[in-house]
Amino acid sequence: MSPADASTPKPETPEPAILEPATPEPQRPESRPRGMDSAPALLSVRGLQKSFDSTRVLESIDLRVTRGEVLVLIGPSGSGKTTLLRCLNGLEIADGGIVDVADELSIDFSSTPSKKTLAALRDRSAMVFQHYNLFPHMTVLENIIEGPVMVQRRPRAEAVREALELLDRVGLTEKKDNHPFELSGGQQQRVGIVRALALRPQLLLFDEPTSALDPELVGDVLTLMKELAAEGWTMVIVTHELQFAREVAHEVAFVDGGVIVERGNPELMFGSPEQERTRQFLHRLLFPF
Amino acid sequence: MNQSEWDLLLSSFWPMVQGALVGTIPLALASFAIGMVLAIIFALMRLSKVKLVSGVARAYISIVRGTPLLVQLFVIFYGLPSIGLVFNPWPSAVVAFSINVGGYAAEVVRAAILSVPKGQWEAAYMIGMSHRRALTRIILPQAARVSVPPLSNTFISLVKDTSLASLILVTELFRQAQEVAAFSGDFMLLYLEAALIYWIICLMLSSGQGLLEKRLDRYVAR
Repeated sequence: MSPADASTPKPETPEPAILEPATPEPQRPESRPRGMDSAPALLSVRGLQKSFDSTRVLESIDLRVTRGEVLVLIGPSGSGKTTLLRCLNGLEIADGGIVDVADELSIDFSSTPSKKTLAALRDRSAMVFQHYNLFPHMTVLENIIEGPVMVQRRPRAEAVREALELLDRVGLTEKKDNHPFELSGGQQQRVGIVRALALRPQLLLFDEPTSALDPELVGDVLTLMKELAAEGWTMVIVTHELQFAREVAHEVAFVDGGVIVERGNPELMFGSPEQERTRQFLHRLLFPF
Repeated sequence: MNQSEWDLLLSSFWPMVQGALVGTIPLALASFAIGMVLAIIFALMRLSKVKLVSGVARAYISIVRGTPLLVQLFVIFYGLPSIGLVFNPWPSAVVAFSINVGGYAAEVVRAAILSVPKGQWEAAYMIGMSHRRALTRIILPQAARVSVPPLSNTFISLVKDTSLASLILVTELFRQAQEVAAFSGDFMLLYLEAALIYWIICLMLSSGQGLLEKRLDRYVAR
């Protein structure tokens, strides 16, 4: 299933899936369609480096994400995981390394990429922010169609129709004419996700999407993300929600000190991590006091 | 107050209000409109990474804020003719007040642009916008809301400052007061009357400001 198809809710679904209770038994990554096993990488990162002034934030990052795969990045704050994610959307410009997207775009950061190249990178991915970053002067609907209409030059009527379908599936149809400040944090973040989906990206990036939410609002957002994963969206997620990572991720990477210390399937990473640093980090998260 | 003072007060009231309607208010509105265009241009120049561009804006703002408005007005009306540039009183006043408002409001607009959270730029870039489009579609509309209170103050100051135009022969509220006063000799009464009319105009403006702020306050990212 292509992401564009995935963004359209199936008409035969009577209820938005978000309203259904979460499945009691978590879906295991293995039980999920993974596409072709030999699927080529949708995203491939080699030797990515980034410094702020003299501080090295990313040492040399290698990543590979195939189509339909969910990669979860975990790690202590300041480890570089958010910077890594932002480099994938061109919000930070890496100092070195190569980012390939789907065999059609290859960016070598050893020289500063042109605006056009950055635009191409942003065109292929969409980001969901920790603090939602919805546009406060626009209604929910305007927030969603701004990119499709103003940037991608799609017909307004089509963009509106698609936005309303997406809003319907996250159960926020009646909020379409409200402004972001009238919504709860969880509702705002679901609009943030819809805004990203409406761009029809190949790759969805999530930067701690539930960290700013009150605990009782986290569930709705995570449920929606789980559905997107099950639909075959390719996702890179930075999160501290370990239980969620265990259920959704095909691969988990532990980032610390600007390098990927260890990676593997969630079973392995949460069950028996090899590296001492990984073990310490997980222990601290699971037993904070 | 005796009968003749009352008569003077009433008979001078309409000429003064007329002065406000044909002089003070249109002068303030025209100067503010042009001044805001200048302000946005110079605010953006001031934020430019190109040193020369920001330097020009910095100099403009510094000169406007560092010299008296009355001197600016006199340079334009009495000074420029000596190098062959002759403006009538009204255009001279509009030019001087526009340049003046442009300088003050440029700083307000710059601060307002900087006050929009960085995440708004990032979200705009994320959905694929260029710098220019992010500025016009996302940042400036929010900056506009932030700058309503300080710009309202600038506008109210401008309304009062237009009284200086009486010194370059523009027919406006205060010049009308001066003319009646010169004729009747009752300076205290007539200048207090002029003050009262200015005060009423400003009261109306600041209540308008309050309403506007209440309406716009909600749509600002925090």
